[in-house]
Amino acid sequence: MAELVLKVEDIKGYYKGSFGTVHAVDGVTFDIYKGDILAIAGESGCGKSSLAELLTGSPMPMLHYESGQVTVNEIPIYIPKPEDKSKLGKWRKEQEKLSNQTRKDVLCKIIGYVPQSSQDSLNPVKKIRKFILDVMKQRVGTKPKKQIKRSKEDIKYDTLDGQKVRINFKEEVLTRVREHLEKLGLSGDVLGRYPHELSGGMKQRIVIGISTLWNPLILIADEPTSALDVTTQKILIETFMHLREMGIVETIVYISHDIPTLAQICNKCIVMYAGKLVEFNSMDNIIHSPLHPYSQGLIHSIASFNPDGSAETDLNSIPGRPPNLRDPPEGCRFYDRCNQRMDICKEEYPPFFSPNGNDSSRVACWLYKK
Amino acid sequence: MVEEIIRIENLTKRYISGIIKQKETYGALDVSFDIKRGEILSLVGESGSGKSTVANMILRLLKPTMGNIILLGKNIKEYKIKKYYENVQGIFQDPYSSYNFFYKVDHVLNQAISHSLSWVDIAEKERIISNTLEIVGLRGTETLGRFPHQLSGGQLQRILLARCLLFKPRLLIADEPTSMVDACARAEILNLLKKLKDKSGISVLFITHDIGQAQYISDRVIVMKKGEIVERGPTNDVFLNPKNDYTQNLLASVPSIYRKWA
Repeated sequence: MAELVLKVEDIKGYYKGSFGTVHAVDGVTFDIYKGDILAIAGESGCGKSSLAELLTGSPMPMLHYESGQVTVNEIPIYIPKPEDKSKLGKWRKEQEKLSNQTRKDVLCKIIGYVPQSSQDSLNPVKKIRKFILDVMKQRVGTKPKKQIKRSKEDIKYDTLDGQKVRINFKEEVLTRVREHLEKLGLSGDVLGRYPHELSGGMKQRIVIGISTLWNPLILIADEPTSALDVTTQKILIETFMHLREMGIVETIVYISHDIPTLAQICNKCIVMYAGKLVEFNSMDNIIHSPLHPYSQGLIHSIASFNPDGSAETDLNSIPGRPPNLRDPPEGCRFYDRCNQRMDICKEEYPPFFSPNGNDSSRVACWLYKK
Repeated sequence: MVEEIIRIENLTKRYISGIIKQKETYGALDVSFDIKRGEILSLVGESGSGKSTVANMILRLLKPTMGNIILLGKNIKEYKIKKYYENVQGIFQDPYSSYNFFYKVDHVLNQAISHSLSWVDIAEKERIISNTLEIVGLRGTETLGRFPHQLSGGQLQRILLARCLLFKPRLLIADEPTSMVDACARAEILNLLKKLKDKSGISVLFITHDIGQAQYISDRVIVMKKGEIVERGPTNDVFLNPKNDYTQNLLASVPSIYRKWA
């Protein structure tokens, strides 16, 4: 049995603000084992990126943790919210402390996170080398220097790219970084360049390189290829495969709305709809025999390139639009758009059924009730 | 003999940068093709290949450096602007930016109709609008009288398509109309373009970077690279037996649900 890396139990995260409460992630449960490449698919606004942010333990300001638990490598990263309202203040302080701790211990070292369009966040007035040293400072606490007086400062050790390094020695760190970027197919001289001198694919690979410097157990990549050309996209996907072969990262969570791309690298897939997980299945099954009516609709609406021209089928789209997540319906959230709806769907949200009898595929749909 | 709608001859767009040391870049170089009546022609290529430059020149948004565009046997320089846009209309990538968010969506339709059919009375105009919306698969009660933020990207894009249809154009330039629309609404727009071609005989110049969509929708394709045409021909000839190295390379890197990269 493979080792459990990430366990997500009924996680809920809501956006709160003057616009009301948006139930962006509303009870998602799944496990990731070592060696899995998990795809998270779904249309825009279904909560893919919000889920990724919740997994990292420090969601963006508007997104609030509500309930549930995420366990990374047996480290819980949330404290359950107390029901007693008077204890909320104390809980908030504790959670903040834990989030800071998580950011230090878990992020980069256990979870690598590549946010959406992070290639644009490289500092335009700094060389890549300087940017990476800034990241080091954030992670380690002290900035790597050219020379340090042994009496003044203690030498700190850290593991970069699988090797022990004196983290506050600039030259040593940069050598390690250069080697790491070379493994990703970049030449060493990118360190001396500015972001505008690099192409989109190179920037994306640098960002992935920074996120994997500490050889994290699990890498979460949020739409890494969406702004790239097909040829660059292929190179990037090969980089991901390469990362696995080299043993830098073994487990990857790959978020995208582009199912043909997901089909190339992932072995398992989660389909999300309106903040809920509707189907968990192997990638091949999602493409060839999807279970949930939404997954079926999604697969049938993709115009995918067919290299032999044999399966010329008509595309069908799903009519309607997703429900308003400020006030989500009680029953199945796909009810209004579903072509196989039943009376029970409107009243009660379906639990997970396993039509194949084992735990490898789960679907939240009343059609599969035995 | 099928009627030829538009013919493009040696279209070139040159950009010059620098004052003392001048550098030339070609947005489009020696592009020639024609589109026949009731035909969907796809322009495919990676970003920066000059697809949109060609589209913008046909829509008269950019002035070509060299070359001719001949619409219905007449050079486009001889057309009056208003007359030209009755024959050629365009829809673009971002449906959200085509609307003024302070006006209701009816605004774009009303403006279009007052240009093309200014003499008809209000009741007739309303009838025409609701008929046109029906063609694009929308119901007037669901869309009219609403603001852009209340509608989805797919609906907004279809209203823009309805606006184009009010002019009864001969040629529609669709510049990546599906790339900002959700995957499940994408199929609807593609099917709609196919339906318009079959029923109304509108010719479409469909510009995309998505090979899958081009394969689904088009009769003929043109592959562009750095402003130049590298390969052209009927869809299945180009996509199933590509001759050019660049096309072969491009097609090999397209992700598909029907095959896996080795």
